[in-house]
Amino acid sequence: MTDLTLSNQAVATKPAPPNEATTFRFPMQWVGVAPFFIFVLMFLILPTIYLVLGAFQTGDGQLTLDNILQLVSDPSISASYWVSIKISFWSAIIGAFAGLAIAIAIVRGGLPNWTRSATLTFSGVASNFAGLPLAFAFLATLGRVGIVTTLLRDVLNVNIYAMGFNFLTTSGLIAVYLFFQIPLMVVIIVPAIDGLKKEWGEAAATLGATQSQYWRMVVIPVLWPSFLGTVILLFANSFGAIATAYAFAGPALNIVPIKLYSQINGDVLHNPQLGYAIAFGMIVITGLANVFYIWFRTRSERWLK
Amino acid sequence: MKSGKFWAWVVFIVGAAYFFIPLMATVEFSLRMRRGVHSFDAYQIVLGDARFQSTFLYSVIAAVFTIILGVLIVVPAAYWIRLRLPQLRPIVEFITLLPLVIPAIVIVFGYIRMYGSNSPLPFLGSNMGANALLVIGYATLALPYMYRAVDTGLRTIDVRTLTEAAQILGAGWGTIIGRVILPNVLIAVLSGAFLTFAIVIGEFTMASLLNRPAFGPYLQNIGANRAYEPAALAIIAFAITWGCMSLIQILSRFAPKSANRPN
Repeated sequence: MTDLTLSNQAVATKPAPPNEATTFRFPMQWVGVAPFFIFVLMFLILPTIYLVLGAFQTGDGQLTLDNILQLVSDPSISASYWVSIKISFWSAIIGAFAGLAIAIAIVRGGLPNWTRSATLTFSGVASNFAGLPLAFAFLATLGRVGIVTTLLRDVLNVNIYAMGFNFLTTSGLIAVYLFFQIPLMVVIIVPAIDGLKKEWGEAAATLGATQSQYWRMVVIPVLWPSFLGTVILLFANSFGAIATAYAFAGPALNIVPIKLYSQINGDVLHNPQLGYAIAFGMIVITGLANVFYIWFRTRSERWLK
Repeated sequence: MKSGKFWAWVVFIVGAAYFFIPLMATVEFSLRMRRGVHSFDAYQIVLGDARFQSTFLYSVIAAVFTIILGVLIVVPAAYWIRLRLPQLRPIVEFITLLPLVIPAIVIVFGYIRMYGSNSPLPFLGSNMGANALLVIGYATLALPYMYRAVDTGLRTIDVRTLTEAAQILGAGWGTIIGRVILPNVLIAVLSGAFLTFAIVIGEFTMASLLNRPAFGPYLQNIGANRAYEPAALAIIAFAITWGCMSLIQILSRFAPKSANRPN
């Protein structure tokens, strides 16, 4: 990449067009990016800052930490954060490892070629198949009168609901979220596995490395930044997800996004400022994840160039 | 090596079972509306429902406007960053990642409080304003995908040479972007557009909180009140997503491979 600075640019283009054109062109590039920056400022950055500031204010505009403290002291709010973090963490971890296993199986497992293209196509679809329709699909499968539920009950005499199965438990939601988490991992990690150069394996073999040494000392160190980066993306992905869980239980389920949804709709917490604090807490948690994500992404890109 | 292949098959088959059993069960469930026989009754009822038609049409129109807005914002910005302002690239990439990280519900909550009917910019004071705000919110959600698609498209063409050639022939900036750059990245833009469509069509959170008559809130309503129709809707939604992704794959075959490909 040529990395021309603005001053270089001015020197480089000086001889060709007359001077007026240069002075005209200079603001033009800023005009071109202006819509983008105005848009993100007005509809992404400022609304977020507005909420963050609101989290530290009382109803009449005075500075306070009460709203933030209430996130911790109110047992139902802190419980909702805890449940959300648990669901997001485990669905990200399990989804990541399952996705990695599938990706390795189709890229390096010696399976016929069609499995790779079929898996990639399906993963592209399934990673975008979330929200309400996903919940409907699982209700038709494992709901109280779902196909698999009744099949298990009538054929194998196993009543999963008597055994304590429920979509509204942490593990129930994790099982459903995996339906979009695993394919997202596959979509992101397959190019990274493809990026492992053949020469590295040959070089390792030439130096006398065993297969397990090659994996431990070459493959895992190269893959793990992009793997970890994707885990964090999966975490944020399920942390903000609301529609699937809402379809299972409506506002009854105590996870953070549903709590915020009810608060926006009807101030169920009887303190408008508390909504800002809940949103702020969500931004802090996913924001921390984002910092890690960018850090790992830049590290992994250096390897995969 | 042999055991490796065995485990690869095990992983593949277990994965395939996890993904296909719910889909097949949903198809089966959606056909069971009439007692004792398989029928398409659930589909007929859904497709014939006037609310289905109106909310679906509403979401399709919202998606089209979202795509237009996204292209207008992203294409010029990505073009100038590639051509003249590479120093802005890290900032812009960071910004376009933000919607993946700030949950949609937080973004729309910010809109409701900032652009309410008593605010200086009262989007939510009128019906059209609220529609516009929904499209804006969707464009924000789609920003990461749109930007990446367009940027990838620009990478495969020689932006600098094309621009200079157009300038030598006397083209202005509007002509360069509209008639030289955009046609060259059209396939990338369309990929971003179909992905946007897939994301937007059934979106629930924003549409519901902005109180718009969109497809997402309709799905929620049906899900809460009916038994067999939701399964049919899930299959329809899956088919729409599948269609969008297939179109992207088909389009990618027509995309140029690199800037220096021999012609």
